[in-house]
Amino acid sequence: MAIWCRVSSRTIANANHMRKRMNQGFAVDVNRASGFSSASNRGRPLFSDGNRRHLNSLPWNRATLVWFQRFKSTLAEKQQDPFLSSDSDEDHQSLEFPGGKVSYTSEMNFISESSQTRVPCYRVLDDDGELIPDSHFQQVSEEVAVKMYSKMVSLQIMDTIFYEAQRQGRISFYLTSAGEEAINIASAAALSEQDIILPQYREPGVLLWRGFTLQEFADQCFGNKADYGKGRQMPIHYGSKKHNFFTISSPIATQLPQAAGIAYSLKMDNKKACVVSYIGDGGTSEGDFHAGLNFAAVMEAPVIFFCRNNGWAISTNVSEQFRSDGIVVKGRAYGIRSIRVDGNDALAVYTAVSAAREMAVNEHRPILIEALTYRVGHHSTSDDSTKYRKLDEIVYWKNARNPVNRFRNWVQSNGWWSEQQETQLRNRVRKQLLEAIQVAEKAEKPPLAEMFRDVYDYPPSNLEEQEKYLRETISRHPIDYPADIPV
Amino acid sequence: MALRNIIGKRIGNGIGLVGRRSLSTSTSDVENRNAKSMNLYSAINQALHLALETDPRAFVFGEDVSFGGVFRCTTGLADRFGKARVFNTPLCEQGIVGFGIGLAAMGNRAIAEIQFADYIYPAFDQIVNEAAKFRYRSGNQFNCGGLTIRAPYGAVGHGGHYHSQSPEAFFCHVPGIKVVIPRSPRQAKGLLLSCIRDPNPVVFFEPKWLYRLAVEEVPEHDYMLPLSKAEVIRQGSDITLVGWGAQLSIMEQACIEAEKDGISCELIDLKTLIPWDKETVEASVRKTGRVLISHEAPVTGGFGAEISASIVERCFLRLEAPVARVCGLDTPFPLVFEPFYMPSKNKVLDAIKATVNY
Repeated sequence: MAIWCRVSSRTIANANHMRKRMNQGFAVDVNRASGFSSASNRGRPLFSDGNRRHLNSLPWNRATLVWFQRFKSTLAEKQQDPFLSSDSDEDHQSLEFPGGKVSYTSEMNFISESSQTRVPCYRVLDDDGELIPDSHFQQVSEEVAVKMYSKMVSLQIMDTIFYEAQRQGRISFYLTSAGEEAINIASAAALSEQDIILPQYREPGVLLWRGFTLQEFADQCFGNKADYGKGRQMPIHYGSKKHNFFTISSPIATQLPQAAGIAYSLKMDNKKACVVSYIGDGGTSEGDFHAGLNFAAVMEAPVIFFCRNNGWAISTNVSEQFRSDGIVVKGRAYGIRSIRVDGNDALAVYTAVSAAREMAVNEHRPILIEALTYRVGHHSTSDDSTKYRKLDEIVYWKNARNPVNRFRNWVQSNGWWSEQQETQLRNRVRKQLLEAIQVAEKAEKPPLAEMFRDVYDYPPSNLEEQEKYLRETISRHPIDYPADIPV
Repeated sequence: MALRNIIGKRIGNGIGLVGRRSLSTSTSDVENRNAKSMNLYSAINQALHLALETDPRAFVFGEDVSFGGVFRCTTGLADRFGKARVFNTPLCEQGIVGFGIGLAAMGNRAIAEIQFADYIYPAFDQIVNEAAKFRYRSGNQFNCGGLTIRAPYGAVGHGGHYHSQSPEAFFCHVPGIKVVIPRSPRQAKGLLLSCIRDPNPVVFFEPKWLYRLAVEEVPEHDYMLPLSKAEVIRQGSDITLVGWGAQLSIMEQACIEAEKDGISCELIDLKTLIPWDKETVEASVRKTGRVLISHEAPVTGGFGAEISASIVERCFLRLEAPVARVCGLDTPFPLVFEPFYMPSKNKVLDAIKATVNY
């Protein structure tokens, strides 16, 4: 269970500030969360004394600033301009439009393209893995912390060995999550098994956390008979129904509107679960990002949009991807609550995802998390990133800003980990991986019939014909075909 | 097979078909109890009511569906089934289809509406790269079979480039989805229910011209018509005509006139374009030795080309004449020139005669 820790003095100052704003009539309609938001809660006067009293009696707990606010809905018509105070007699200075009331001004001001300062990044551990004093975070038990750390190490080793296997020509393709181990593992650790994952493709750690075995990873990469995907897709396109992890597809961001639909279904079924959908910085430029966030907001769907902002989309740096302050500021454009977090801080990621999940599930709302990080590895085995970025930069992030080392320091400082355990773990995982690869490599490939199944629920006549004709061709020209696929 | 009449008329634009139009309909495929006279959008509306009534996990969504839809196909659904199951979406086709895929992936029946087939293209990636491959790529761990995408298609007399398109050919090239096009109200209801209940993602194109104009006796009960089964709606012996949707009524007019010249035409409604019923078409061509395909979509790369190539492969020695195609021209769908663009009755008739006299 969560144990709330000390709150930084900054957060207390924020709470007081928020309270003042609330009393000024900051636009909220505070109710307990209940089922779906409906349109029934219209026309409640926002500045009556009744409301003010209600606002003052909120259990303002500095440690749980956000948690006790329950917003029924953020429909624009319920929101009034926060600068409009009921103390003034200027209510007649507002205008009604189909989207609701707005105040007007005769001074022409453009909203600046950016704020004075960038949205700050939430972190709890410093670069050396020391807890920052007065941090606000969700405590993890020794068991969970050790599991998180072990999985981060496993992910690192898995990536190294599979990458090598591709270099040796044993698998056709691979991409690593180097530098993003904290994002992968800590986000997964904060979720329940019932939460549904819609990955992009750099989140195999989520599967690792949930118990996907090294053998299962290897089987997919080798496309053998044991691959759940039946050898149909490139390596790293994992999918596992039993782990609630939807199959990866290469097109970018297509999973985002799907996530909204899946989350809507969870809501309709009254499930205490949410969807977590991952996307990179590059993916947020896709139209499906806009579609996904907008739909999730309008449909009030419990989905966490987790953006891994690792600075690079293949060779395209974020400076060529957007002109906004990263991704976090885009959440407000959709009416979505957002946070920016240090993606290399496992504790911060864990805390942010836990909190996001609470809100998504209990309030039926989407949440946007931007995790800042760095893609230490190349985009994939088809890429050499030294062609477009400095080796110094890569080395810096790999060593000085390493999320695995950082978390290890914290775990060790709690007395939960030792050098000996480190060596044992690394050796064990390496051995298991090499074995898994050997087994996967030797295993039979899926039979030819699997090429024709699952296009539809049952094969239509044109596919039956084509299979028949193909088999005749194979018997005439067997040397044209790979010998390791049973015909 | 008894004849049933659909009464309707196309007005204006010099198409020149005013007055009674008949379309033969086979009655052998559905019982005629409690049939009521209704038009296409009402028949579709009935199918949607039945779909939502019979499956509590069925949803209808899209732009403007809540008040009944721009073509009234979704009238009464929101009132009856509630806003959680029948709802407007933001104006975003890729979102509509993506959202629908997600809903369907969770075992729901997601009935998505695209307001005009002309606007389906933003959703093309979701349909081709996601919906069509969802089951296959996952090794059948996941599927979005519950997804049905409905879109009005085809000429309407004044639609121009963006309210008249017939994009079916783009989708016929995608393994993993089905494409279904009804020709009449009675067909539409049964086919739509089949599409909704079919465990594969389906794109259902509704001929908008017929929404009001086609009126037919439609049984009020819940019935389904089989997919991937073509129907011979007029028997003949000299030439086989193959078509779908609104074009069939034009083709039937041509068949009736050809009869006066002693040409006996067999007319086939393909209904499902993929996977399509080659056997029925082939059997007919073996009987007649001649085939003509007609569709509104532009001729080059249209679905008629696939039918033609397949028939030639299978029936080459039986054919007495080249396969004829009477289709739209290779231009964007024009406004004032629509009458020239369209594959009219007389164009079809000319081609019938040319083929028979080859």
